[in-house]
Amino acid sequence: MSATRHIRFTLNGRPAAAEIGTHETLVDVLRDRFALFGARESCGQGLCGCCTVVVDGRAVSGCLFLAAAADGARVDTIEGLAPGERLDPVQEAFIECGAFQCGFCTPGFVLMTKQLLDENPEPSEDEIKHYLSGNLCRCGAYPEIIEAVRVASRKRKSGG
Amino acid sequence: MSATAKAGQVGRSLPRLEGRAKVTGRADYIHNLRLPGMLHGKIFRSVVAHGRIRRVDVEAARQVPGVYAVFVSDDIRRVIANPYYGPAFHDQPILAEGKVRHIGEPVAVVLAEDPHVAEEAARLIVAEYDELPAVTGEVEAMTSNVIVHDVLKPAGTFPDLKHLEGRKGTNLALDFHLRRGDVKPAFATADHVFEHTFRTQPVMHTPLEPFVSAAEPCDGTLTIYTASQSPSFVRIEIARLLSWPENRVRVKTAFLGGGFGAKLYIKLEALVAALALLTHRPVKISLAMDEQFFTITKHPSTFRIKSAVTKDGRITARECEVWWNGGAYADIGPRVTQKSGFTAAGPYDIDNVAIDSYALYTNRPPAGALRGFGIPQLVWAYESHTDMIARALDIDPVEFRRRNLLRDGRPQATGTVMQDAATGKVLDRLVERIGWGRPFDRGQGTIKRGRGVAVGFKASIAPTTSGAIFNIYADGSCALYCSTVDMGQGSDTAMAQIAAEVLDVPAESVRVVHPDTDVTPYDMATLGSRSTYHMGNAVKRAAEDARAKIEALKAELGLPPGSNIPLPELFRRKYGMQAGNIVGIGSFVPSYASPDHDTGLTPNATPFWMVGGAGAEVEVDTETGHVRIMRLINVADLGTPINPRIVETQLSGGAIMQLGFTMQECMEFADGQLLNPSLADYKIPGMRDLPARIENEAVAAVQQSGPFGAKGVGETATFGVSPAIANAIDDAVGVRLRELPLTPEAVYRALVKGGR
Ligand code: FES
Ligand code: FES
Repeated sequence: MSATRHIRFTLNGRPAAAEIGTHETLVDVLRDRFALFGARESCGQGLCGCCTVVVDGRAVSGCLFLAAAADGARVDTIEGLAPGERLDPVQEAFIECGAFQCGFCTPGFVLMTKQLLDENPEPSEDEIKHYLSGNLCRCGAYPEIIEAVRVASRKRKSGG
Repeated sequence: MSATAKAGQVGRSLPRLEGRAKVTGRADYIHNLRLPGMLHGKIFRSVVAHGRIRRVDVEAARQVPGVYAVFVSDDIRRVIANPYYGPAFHDQPILAEGKVRHIGEPVAVVLAEDPHVAEEAARLIVAEYDELPAVTGEVEAMTSNVIVHDVLKPAGTFPDLKHLEGRKGTNLALDFHLRRGDVKPAFATADHVFEHTFRTQPVMHTPLEPFVSAAEPCDGTLTIYTASQSPSFVRIEIARLLSWPENRVRVKTAFLGGGFGAKLYIKLEALVAALALLTHRPVKISLAMDEQFFTITKHPSTFRIKSAVTKDGRITARECEVWWNGGAYADIGPRVTQKSGFTAAGPYDIDNVAIDSYALYTNRPPAGALRGFGIPQLVWAYESHTDMIARALDIDPVEFRRRNLLRDGRPQATGTVMQDAATGKVLDRLVERIGWGRPFDRGQGTIKRGRGVAVGFKASIAPTTSGAIFNIYADGSCALYCSTVDMGQGSDTAMAQIAAEVLDVPAESVRVVHPDTDVTPYDMATLGSRSTYHMGNAVKRAAEDARAKIEALKAELGLPPGSNIPLPELFRRKYGMQAGNIVGIGSFVPSYASPDHDTGLTPNATPFWMVGGAGAEVEVDTETGHVRIMRLINVADLGTPINPRIVETQLSGGAIMQLGFTMQECMEFADGQLLNPSLADYKIPGMRDLPARIENEAVAAVQQSGPFGAKGVGETATFGVSPAIANAIDDAVGVRLRELPLTPEAVYRALVKGGR
């Protein structure tokens, strides 16, 4: 496990580089080299969505995605979603709707919701459930999350 | 003690104070912790359920480049002379010594700077065992020749366990008995006698932030960072293990990524403490998801319940025998056995009650508290039983409940008179919401519909203590120091609201300092829905104390009473500059009377009662056994909510969790192995598993002794879910399931066997 390599990528809009072990996952590298903790490992098997990271515009399970494969890619994490004071409408909606309890699953749900609304600005309840079915929330905040997706959809439409 | 909220801070649906940190991924969890020079530990675990350890060969692991050290139990003894821990019994070794007692028991640990290296090396450890026969069932454990612990070692903290000291040849870790009236003549003269047995399965909390603890040694002190619901207990227990005074052990927590009763007492804390002392370096252990299944589970149970009933539907006697499968180490199981034993006969007014509740050791992973402290297992049985009696007597199940319901002013099985327990209201609101008695679509063809209700109740854990400090700084800003752990239930927000209500300031302006035993005062633990009531009262008193001190300072400075001089000005007048503090303190210990050892009776079993009911409307596919939940209604008495919105999410979240335990979750064991320790095979509820509709309601109620009329809510919505659904299935297709989970296979098999 000692093989290493050098990777360069764009991290939340800025150029980034790291010396990584070829066995390391994207979550390992974001956490250990960049102190980004929003994507977090839970199941480690691609089943819960807590480790969601957006690579080249596509949501991936950061716990399974080898960091080496991010070489040359554009990587976006929850921390890049609202770098300033102003939150993304999806984040605002999650707060307003109380769409989390412990918050461990929340970055994954927020990123997936943003992707969903980018693809489908006014999803039906069934489409929401389908799109978010790969994300788990043990606190069971699902009804509030569905509500937050709707509220976020309205916020994005009204530009606020 | 209850004062109605006037400042408008209590009763407000304030979004969680930490909302921004959580949606931006910046919330602080122990999971994120990095310490300079830190080593990562990986645990090597037993693959047999019961056996003598013949040999543990760690040489190959030691040789792996990057491995710092490998330790077994002998090494632990170099720093902890008697390495056995536990809240009720000192029965659990930090690493297995001589014997392993369950699958997945920690046997050795590898330390390395790189966690991947530690994991690789741990795979190279070889252990050989002389396998022993294992005992796995709770009823079987009562009489089995297989004994899990040679000698019982009660911790001494609980007086009712003292008599078990030194006992040999038994798997019984506690027997609780309650005798009220006399059941014998009541059964002998009864018009009808009903007896049924119900079972629940092993399940696991599955917090998405798996167990994680770190320890950092410093000159004669040790700091433990841990995702724990009980930082005060951790300090006391680690200090005991090390024979150190409490003030040399510091325990800090952060937000927890879920707890649900899993992260209580000692889990990894004793291990990381020993490892840090052995290596003189910070050590962190983060469990992988699969390891959680070997760490703590929910008690599987068997419950035999028998009732004597008159022909007009009055229950005159009830006999309850409950066996709790506590696994290989007692954890808090004996407390689950006793406390839930108080209410095993259900929320009914029954003159003659006999309850026997047994905590058993078995060779299964340990079982502890899980959101309800045994109550969901009991309600599952007694509310299924209640419906079965009603149906057999051809009495409407709601009407049957109304005839027997235990109401305020009447003594409960322990003899404690019910107070502020809205059993009637909860049932009424359920019935109204579900439209009981009104015709509804019963489905057609192979799709059949049915409805069911269930009501359960719980005594709070007692006696327990909470303390709080309210600190006002010289610029008038303030902070609340309390050891309640916010694991998602919203306690930071609720406590800030309570303090803010007293001081008449916006709750958003109250900073809540997270548990740190060097800073925040003692709190028994965040468990059993106790915090809102216990810590809420302590916080209220601390804030009131601060308010009184403000008034005293005004008087000291010659200001007229009620003067509205701004706080910064008050401090400047006192100290001549921006300096000083006003510190309010508060603590709360409710009254409680231990039950009599022989009769289980007590005039004061609990500081408050929690009441929760569920109503379910289901659709059963008779060709596949598949059950769709069309509607799930949760109604609860939680006193007067501090934060109605958060309370609702607690009800809804608790019900969804219990829905998992009802419909799908089950740890599958075969040939001593756990087959599904992974989210791939152990399915917790996802978006697709939600009921078509879920509704929650807190009935209008007041807990007189609670802070601003409030009491706990975290567990309430778990009570009624399982039996309400089983009752609805029976209503739909006439089959009765007596074992959880209610899988399509179980429903289908029951249908094949034939309904009523
Ligand atoms: S941790 Fe990556 S999907 Fe669960
Ligand atoms: S909020 Fe706790 S897991 Fe989703």
